[in-house]
Amino acid sequence: MAEMLMKGNEAIGEAAVMAGCRYFFGYPITPQSELPHYMVKRLAEVGGVFLQAESETSAINMCYGAAGAGARVMTSSSSPGISLKLEGISYMAGAELPAVIVNIMRGGPGLGNIQPAQSDYFQATKGGGHGDYNLIVLAPASVQEIVDLTIDAFELADKYRNPVMILGDGVLGQMMEPVEIRELKVNIPEKPWATTGATGRKPNLINSIYIAPEPCEEHNLRLQVKFRQMARENVRYEDYRTDDAEILVVAYGTSARIAKGAIDRAREQGIRVGLVRPVSLWPFPYEHLAEVAQKVTAVLVVEMSAGQMIEDVRLALNGSKPVDFYGRLGGMLPVTSEILREIEKLAKGGRSNG
Amino acid sequence: MVKVFERPKSLTGKPFHYCPGCTHGIIHRLVAETIDELGIRETTIGVGPVGCSVFIFEYMNLDFQQASHGRAPAVATGVKRVHPGKTVFTYQGDGDLAAIGTAEIVHAAARGERITVIFVNNAIYGMTGGQLAPTTLVGMETTTSPVGRNQETQGSPVRVSEMLSTLDGAGYIARVSVHDPKHIIQAKKAIRKAFANQMSGVGFSLVEVLSTCPTNWGLHPIEATKWLADNLIPYYPLGEFKVPPAPAKAEREVE
Repeated sequence: MAEMLMKGNEAIGEAAVMAGCRYFFGYPITPQSELPHYMVKRLAEVGGVFLQAESETSAINMCYGAAGAGARVMTSSSSPGISLKLEGISYMAGAELPAVIVNIMRGGPGLGNIQPAQSDYFQATKGGGHGDYNLIVLAPASVQEIVDLTIDAFELADKYRNPVMILGDGVLGQMMEPVEIRELKVNIPEKPWATTGATGRKPNLINSIYIAPEPCEEHNLRLQVKFRQMARENVRYEDYRTDDAEILVVAYGTSARIAKGAIDRAREQGIRVGLVRPVSLWPFPYEHLAEVAQKVTAVLVVEMSAGQMIEDVRLALNGSKPVDFYGRLGGMLPVTSEILREIEKLAKGGRSNG
Repeated sequence: MVKVFERPKSLTGKPFHYCPGCTHGIIHRLVAETIDELGIRETTIGVGPVGCSVFIFEYMNLDFQQASHGRAPAVATGVKRVHPGKTVFTYQGDGDLAAIGTAEIVHAAARGERITVIFVNNAIYGMTGGQLAPTTLVGMETTTSPVGRNQETQGSPVRVSEMLSTLDGAGYIARVSVHDPKHIIQAKKAIRKAFANQMSGVGFSLVEVLSTCPTNWGLHPIEATKWLADNLIPYYPLGEFKVPPAPAKAEREVE
């Protein structure tokens, strides 16, 4: 066990190797490039395969092939690249293939910029690709949490035979923090369904086509049972100073870290404010949020987007409390003083920008 | 009694769904015979396309992955990198490989990916209803070129084998046809080479197989084989475009 100072992007790579991932297929895009840079060296040390594909589309399809062949596999990208991967992600969900997909979000839409953003929440949690499918979406807020969630992501992907997404942003990818690197005892489950060559057994098939509607509906219903199980078993969140809170802030990832600073400063002024930080964005902690919100008078959602997670917060609260919003767009970060100002408005009985 | 002819073990025996006169069935059989002869049925993983042959996995008695449109070479790359000792092949049509999957095939070849590609070229999109393909001949009528492919606005057909044979990573590239028994025997030889090459570590191998589509060409199956010989072969000449260097030649000094 050792403590190391690592960049978020590198920490994802090290955590993947710790989790037994030996195959990485990627394509360069800022601000996640340190991850492939790290993986090309690290996978060589452990006898793995790093392959730079000709496009994000190819990279995700290489993941499809490798996952279908039974390997623990990862790809990473940033917003525009994830848009390109969505076709493959839908196919992987349809063919029930495990993989970890990293999105270090940047400003959009379109080419946008390379600054940190959280504007891919809808894309990550509401499908993104075509068809009825869900991904477990995990949103770390520190480099250590990146390590822990990345390791968990590989376990969950194999457990459910479904892709899992790590949703970070440019700040998390680029910042350095101490992390604990430890030897893990990895037990990769047997994959009797994988295409390894039909030696002494019936052929295996990795597939998402069901041409007749009846079997396709059956396949979908079976997937839905799995998605509901995934939803039940994987709700994760962090509560911060919520015990006596009258005002509740809801934020994830980098926004949540900034919001904590604002909450501490508001507390110094005697404002009773706390934070619920969803760690799993899908499944979203609807019930927990509703429970915490019972005791508060106002809710403020903070995001680095025009307001996407706020829709899930409103669903959770189901009209029981006013939900206000503060967001910065296009790669701009909310700062502590801005969030504090919004909290102060709510504390005086006013409304935020929402 | 000695059995002199039987169904290859690499075929499941499920009747093909292909249209009368379509040559997919012949090509499936040639691939299956090759896999049987090389004794690799239990160590081969196929990757299927999107198009008429999307259900190839139902006919081939071996492990299969079904890929999205055009991405079979990327999927095969993933499989091969995980199982470098196994034989991995893709089976793709001309819409799949030469249009939407152009990037994937070019870069799999450029990397010298040790996979075998069976590329079935019938100069048209079959399953979706006979549309213009990148391989459709100039003047050829399709549902999206109803008065014939217009070179001015719809460009010229892509010669995939010639194009890929310019890449250093390509180890073996051949174009064959299955419109008559003589050519079927030649096609079989090329397919066998393309699989054997993979087993001996030669890089990327591709066999382009000129194929018929009587339904979408609007021709009787027999007319279709004649049309292929008279029209496709002049534009898509048969032969080996790239062969791996023989060991003796490789050792020869460069002049």
